[in-house]
Amino acid sequence: MIPAAFEYVRATSTDEALAVIVEYGDDAKFLAGGMSLLPLMKLRLATPTVLVDVARVSDLSYINDAGDHVAIGALTRHRDLETSQLLAKECGVIPAVAGQVGDNQVRHRGTLGGSVAHGDPASDLPAALVALDATFVVRSGSGERTIGASDFFTGFLETALRSDELLTEIRVPKSGASGFNYQKFNRRAQDWAIVGAVAATVGGTKRVALVNMGNTPVRASAVEAALAGGATVADAAMAAAQGCEPPTDLNASVEYREHLARVLVRRALEACA
Amino acid sequence: MKISVSVNGVSQDHDVEPRTLLVQYLREDCGLTGTKVGCDTSSCGACTVLYEGESVKSCTMLAAQADGGSITTIEGLAGVDGTLHPVQQAFHDHHGLQCGYCTAGMVMAAVGFLDENPSPTERDVREGLEGNLCRCTGYHNIVQAVLAAAEGAK
Repeated sequence: MIPAAFEYVRATSTDEALAVIVEYGDDAKFLAGGMSLLPLMKLRLATPTVLVDVARVSDLSYINDAGDHVAIGALTRHRDLETSQLLAKECGVIPAVAGQVGDNQVRHRGTLGGSVAHGDPASDLPAALVALDATFVVRSGSGERTIGASDFFTGFLETALRSDELLTEIRVPKSGASGFNYQKFNRRAQDWAIVGAVAATVGGTKRVALVNMGNTPVRASAVEAALAGGATVADAAMAAAQGCEPPTDLNASVEYREHLARVLVRRALEACA
Repeated sequence: MKISVSVNGVSQDHDVEPRTLLVQYLREDCGLTGTKVGCDTSSCGACTVLYEGESVKSCTMLAAQADGGSITTIEGLAGVDGTLHPVQQAFHDHHGLQCGYCTAGMVMAAVGFLDENPSPTERDVREGLEGNLCRCTGYHNIVQAVLAAAEGAK
């Protein structure tokens, strides 16, 4: 399968990338690792006429200690998240989840920013970022703004990013080296999660978010509220699917996904109790 | 567009369409047909090559993205005198293949994996090769071969 023809432009700086995207408008797409975009283009589900390759914008690949949070450049690859000592110490849930993305080959190419900007509710890392209340920094020719994770994902493959904006940094509040768990349920190694559940302890309270239980990654707010109200893990987990509108597909029905959410949330919470 | 890459240590310069996939480029422009196209959807790993020393699926990478970099394919592993790479030799010794279609990708993924984890457990090997499918289901001997290659390198 070959993508439809497009023009390829390689940007070497953030400013250059932003200038080029304005020049070409809505028909242009940023290309980072390509692990989400290229498969869509090969299937011709996406047919951008211009690809702006930002993979070599070297100032967007970093993992820095920024006091109360860890600042991660948008072009940081999954492999680099997985092996980061700083993240393991300050925000262990991120490397743990990054290590569950795709397979080695995918993690060598795929980037955190690409995964976030793609906005796929079946992706692993966006749910972890929603659980932690991460903040996304986006830039356009007219300036910079920040968007909270819960406001960023607006629909299936849809985000709050405007077409002239580039996601540049992900700010992840520090949550420590332990007290988290990710339950990813799939039938085959390397597959997308049929359902996934991330649990993390932040400042003594439990955060829970779900993968593939709606059009966006979602917080299991009912579970968090039940735990805060003193419910046992087993009881709180029963609320996991509350308010969710999971998809039906070849892998699972709505009812089966709801069941999985309850079981996986319980397991995740038990593992990080 | 013009691209320049190093493939198995040899400089290659070609004019390619931007939409040319790396695997097409290697097979059709460089004439290196050892790298296979399997699923063509980045699931099976048959097209695995090393880019800058790391395993990647060449069906899901543009040749343009590799511009300026170095690529190793299955043809680049053996010595000039034909001596097999230790991972190739281990696949041979342990019969780590049946029909052979996944083998080039499996070997390249294993070479990349062992570079990152030189002393793997059996579970590490199985997880490290999760991106490569063997439709003959010959995984047992493949895993034995990779473990033997790791042991032999000590």
